[in-house]
Amino acid sequence: MSENQIVVSLSGVSKRFATGGLEALRAIDLEVRPGEFISLIGPSGCGKSTLLRVVGDLVQPTEGRVVVNGKPAHQARLDRDYGMVFQDAVLYDWRTVAKNISLPLELLGWDRPRRAERVRELIELVELGGFEEHHPWELSGGMQQRVAIARALSFRPPLLLMDEPFGALDEMTRERMNMELLRIWQQSGGTILFVTHSIAEAVFLSTRVVVMSPRPGQIVGVVEIDLPQPRTADTREYPRFFELVTEVRELLRRGGTDFDAPVIEEELIAAEEGL
Amino acid sequence: MTKRHVAEWAPAILVFALGIAAWEGLVRGLEIEEFLLPPLSVILETFWEDPDTFVTAGRITLIEAVGGFVIGCAAAILAALALARWRPLGEALMPYAIAANAVPIIAFAPITNNWFGAIDKESKMAIAAVLCFFPVFVNTLRGLTSVRPAQIELMRSYAASEVEVFRRVRIPNALPYVFTGLKVATVLAMIGAIVGDYFGGSPNSLGTLIRRSAGIFAFETAWAAILVASVLGIAFYAAVALAERLSMGWHASARARQVE
Repeated sequence: MSENQIVVSLSGVSKRFATGGLEALRAIDLEVRPGEFISLIGPSGCGKSTLLRVVGDLVQPTEGRVVVNGKPAHQARLDRDYGMVFQDAVLYDWRTVAKNISLPLELLGWDRPRRAERVRELIELVELGGFEEHHPWELSGGMQQRVAIARALSFRPPLLLMDEPFGALDEMTRERMNMELLRIWQQSGGTILFVTHSIAEAVFLSTRVVVMSPRPGQIVGVVEIDLPQPRTADTREYPRFFELVTEVRELLRRGGTDFDAPVIEEELIAAEEGL
Repeated sequence: MTKRHVAEWAPAILVFALGIAAWEGLVRGLEIEEFLLPPLSVILETFWEDPDTFVTAGRITLIEAVGGFVIGCAAAILAALALARWRPLGEALMPYAIAANAVPIIAFAPITNNWFGAIDKESKMAIAAVLCFFPVFVNTLRGLTSVRPAQIELMRSYAASEVEVFRRVRIPNALPYVFTGLKVATVLAMIGAIVGDYFGGSPNSLGTLIRRSAGIFAFETAWAAILVASVLGIAFYAAVALAERLSMGWHASARARQVE
């Protein structure tokens, strides 16, 4: 893959659901370069999760072109060009941690020794040593999400699609997982497309934050996050961090996000606690 | 561990012992006529006087029940797989399956005897198989289709084929449901075999033995045969429950944890 090849290219992507005629996305243009960490942020129901699924070829756009790794999204899915992580870890209860992680490798037809070796590497990467033979229900929420991340990375996809992966975690676990994810991102050197509704999380993690408007989801603006890499716990205390958080919030408000609505208010409090 | 096991089982064993004692004591104390309810000791004596008759009868009935169980459950699981794979087919047939489930199938026993030969084992297997079919079918189909959408979406993200989705998600997800159905089916299979034998029926089967001895007022023999049927029924159920534990320990421990 050449340095300047685009990992994800969306042009004029719109989505209208057949049932109810709900317009979820309107005229989305976006390009994601290799090694970028892009966050999609917007109010609940703005279509950001739908957009992620459009990139993953799990939802078909009504209009527009989706190119992933230089191919149509459908081909990219068949080629296993991306790994997916959902808000709920989506682990299979009948499989142990090790077997959950190796599931995609089984589907790819890797033999047992090769799978075992890769699982060992991943267990180390996500720091779950000693839990290989545990079942999902024996793990905390944060640990379950680490298994899901290890599973998504197992076959070394160049792109990681993450749909509010830490949305169900408490604030402290969430901050710890943010650090973990950045470390994993730096070690594996991939590209990440990350959906969140936490402003602080988006600013802390990303190289660019894509701000979306309420339904139908449109891109209001893109904020370059010029905070120094690697990010540390101190990053959240830099004046520049506050400025960027404010910038994202202003864009959200200009896009029509109603910060007085009760649901958003909760998220705002959560975001502010993160500051 | 062993100590805990003893502690867990002790109340049940105590109730069992008290029940037997109460049976024996009440029947003797109230001088209940033996043709109404003989004491357990008399029933056991009857069994020991001629164990061969009861063992042979039990074996025939068990073959009928297990044969019907295997045929009915296999057909049910295959049908559920087909209907889960081709949803429109499932939607078209499901109302009829539910309606058929509400039919008192045992009423057809004289008919299946007529179709497959009253004295042959096959007719009893047929009625047992039909009885087993519906609970296993309905449970299996529910298990195959009640998969969380995200679990399927994740498999799609791996570009997994429909066969892979069944093998790695739908079938493992369905196993607890399947076993629930199978356990119900063991009981129904025994009922089917015995009641089938009430109408004509295989010579020397438990059903025939119960009917004949009751007809000639040899109630202690009928009771001994009922006792054998009960023991076989419980053993059959326990065997399937054991298979469940062995094949999916993960589920048993998951359930145990939820209860805690």
